[in-house]
Amino acid sequence: MKRFWPWFWRAVIGVPIIVFAIWALFDNARLFVLTLLNSLTLASLYFIVASGFTLVFGLMRNVNLAHGSLYLLGGYVGYWVATTTGYWVPALAAGFAAAAVLGLFMQVAIFRFMQGEDLRQTMVTIGLSIVIADLLLWGFGAQVHQMSAPDFLAGPFRDLPLIRAYSKYRSMLIPMGVVIGIVLWLFLNRTKVGMMIRAGVDDRNMLAASGVNVNLVFAITFAIGAGLAGFGGVIGAVELSIVPGEDSRLLMASLIVVIVGGMGSIVGAAAGAIILGLAETYGLAYAPTYSVVFTFVILVLVLAFRPRGILGDAR
Amino acid sequence: MSAASWRAAMNSSARAQAAASLPRTVPPRPQTPTTTVDPNADAPRWLRWLWARVGARHVFVFLFVVLFPWFASPFFTYQIGAQSLALGVIALSLTFLGGYGGMISLAQMTVAGVAGYMVAIFGASGTAEISLNWPWWLVVPIAVLIATLVGTFIGWLSVRTEGIYTIMITLAFGTGFYYLALQNYSVFGGFQGLQKVYPPVIGGLNWRDPVPFFYLCLTVALVSYFAVKYLIRAPFGIALQGIRDNPRRMNSLGFNVTAHRVAAYAFAGLIAACGGVLLVWYNGLITPGSVGTSWLINILIIAVLGGMRHPIGPFVGAIVFVVLQNFAIDLIDRERFNLVIGGVFLVIVLFSPDGLLGWWRRWQARLAVAQPAGALSRSSPSSSSRGSPQRQSSRT
Repeated sequence: MKRFWPWFWRAVIGVPIIVFAIWALFDNARLFVLTLLNSLTLASLYFIVASGFTLVFGLMRNVNLAHGSLYLLGGYVGYWVATTTGYWVPALAAGFAAAAVLGLFMQVAIFRFMQGEDLRQTMVTIGLSIVIADLLLWGFGAQVHQMSAPDFLAGPFRDLPLIRAYSKYRSMLIPMGVVIGIVLWLFLNRTKVGMMIRAGVDDRNMLAASGVNVNLVFAITFAIGAGLAGFGGVIGAVELSIVPGEDSRLLMASLIVVIVGGMGSIVGAAAGAIILGLAETYGLAYAPTYSVVFTFVILVLVLAFRPRGILGDAR
Repeated sequence: MSAASWRAAMNSSARAQAAASLPRTVPPRPQTPTTTVDPNADAPRWLRWLWARVGARHVFVFLFVVLFPWFASPFFTYQIGAQSLALGVIALSLTFLGGYGGMISLAQMTVAGVAGYMVAIFGASGTAEISLNWPWWLVVPIAVLIATLVGTFIGWLSVRTEGIYTIMITLAFGTGFYYLALQNYSVFGGFQGLQKVYPPVIGGLNWRDPVPFFYLCLTVALVSYFAVKYLIRAPFGIALQGIRDNPRRMNSLGFNVTAHRVAAYAFAGLIAACGGVLLVWYNGLITPGSVGTSWLINILIIAVLGGMRHPIGPFVGAIVFVVLQNFAIDLIDRERFNLVIGGVFLVIVLFSPDGLLGWWRRWQARLAVAQPAGALSRSSPSSSSRGSPQRQSSRT
């Protein structure tokens, strides 16, 4: 009997999804598979941005609501570098570096002085995000910046079965997200710095007492988390486009991913990103008017049954 | 951060505030010799009650806001006065939740927006195929009721979380409603929203005219202000403040923490809904942009600018916000309003977490230091026995 309820809920949630999938496959298999690929590539972008968020928020307990602004900054800087030099890889590096430097500055100048004061951090980062967004609007204007994909990723893969063709760039995003996820996981769980970060989260004073410069470790973590947002910005500048307003969209996506997946866990961020990507893209493809409602329903269900997220611990 | 350390952080900041505001507990109170020699002993009780509580500055502020339309131009009456009052009412609901319940909800503008959309959907608007054209006396209660229910529902879901999680979840709800309103054309009118939503004409009086509309806003603002002031001194409000300071202790004392919090969300939803009706009439339209992320955050800015420790704070914040919004164009480029308001907000939260009221308090405290030392020593035991700084400030 104890086994009954978990299976009951799995059936309640799973059966309609399976029924929908079978119906959609028979109805229009090409649309279904295309939507699946699109949602996974979108999930990959969400994962890259949200993993930075989960690193800063979930592990360091620093509330950074300016994460979306870092994404936007990375995107604009990447666009600028790509149009000036004509190369894509330096643009990625520049986007990462610009956001990481700004994040480092934020940690050193602001967060260091309000460790543990969640509410003040929230307010200050909201103020920062308003100022940064307006400065970027001032600097780059309100028009849409659309970066083009690099030459070796331009154009589609052709002659695929069923879906015929699919963008090379988009299909490269899935392995990229997977690689970043694995590297981050290895970094946190298998390297010495990762060990220090996890130790510092659990007991900051003890780590400092054992001779580690905690401020340095946290600054590095913050820079990596912010840099991932900038990295995501450059990727998003090609996949979506870069306009004022994208910052709050990506911030909201990161929030939902982290809330659904669970704070501070890379695997949780991946799960949350995939769920959000699937819900958004399938919603847009099959029920455009109400696509946001699906995301909302998922959020409500997760909050109602697992307030700490699907893979969140009870810390 | 765990829930326990979050609570500890909130408590320690409250204690620090209590220490900071110590000196001002005695001087500002209008000293009436009610206990020793009472010259008004034969006056009715309500008059003495009033006499003990109303100071010269209260009368001055009250007369100022009531007489405002008589010396201000229609532009100031409508654009500055009425807008500040409408925004202040919405921010007041956040102040009530945040300052007295310890729950910062960013979805208060969403609740107000729901009320606005309901007014447009059930009442009259430019989009004939959506609006139902019901009479105003039916539309307004329905709109307020639905928005209050939405606010309660959001609260019911958010009270499972604490501190920063509440902010994030209410932000997610608010943004979710924004995208719903943006993408849905059949009910919410999509990107353009619903236009031409005007206040009714009752008894030959057009409530859209600046002076009547100002008084309408003023009435709603005064009623909600005094409702909040009454409620925070009522048993429910005291229990809510106890829950803010230490939920576990209140729980073991037999208070239902969740029920109190949800009730606080319901009350805040009611206030926000009234503000939302005023705001949609003020703007004459409702669009997804008016419930977008920037407006969710603007309400937080207004509440924090003024200060969350007294119900007058959101109105002060709203006046500053609206004045900046209207006159930043004279200082610098109109496009850079966000930079100005964001910068002001950043300075306030970095240097005065209590907002403008906090500055005012500290200035008063500095004046009070010059008072005789006897006043100071008398104040400390009384304030420590009261414990919460909110209670002291709520009396003024």
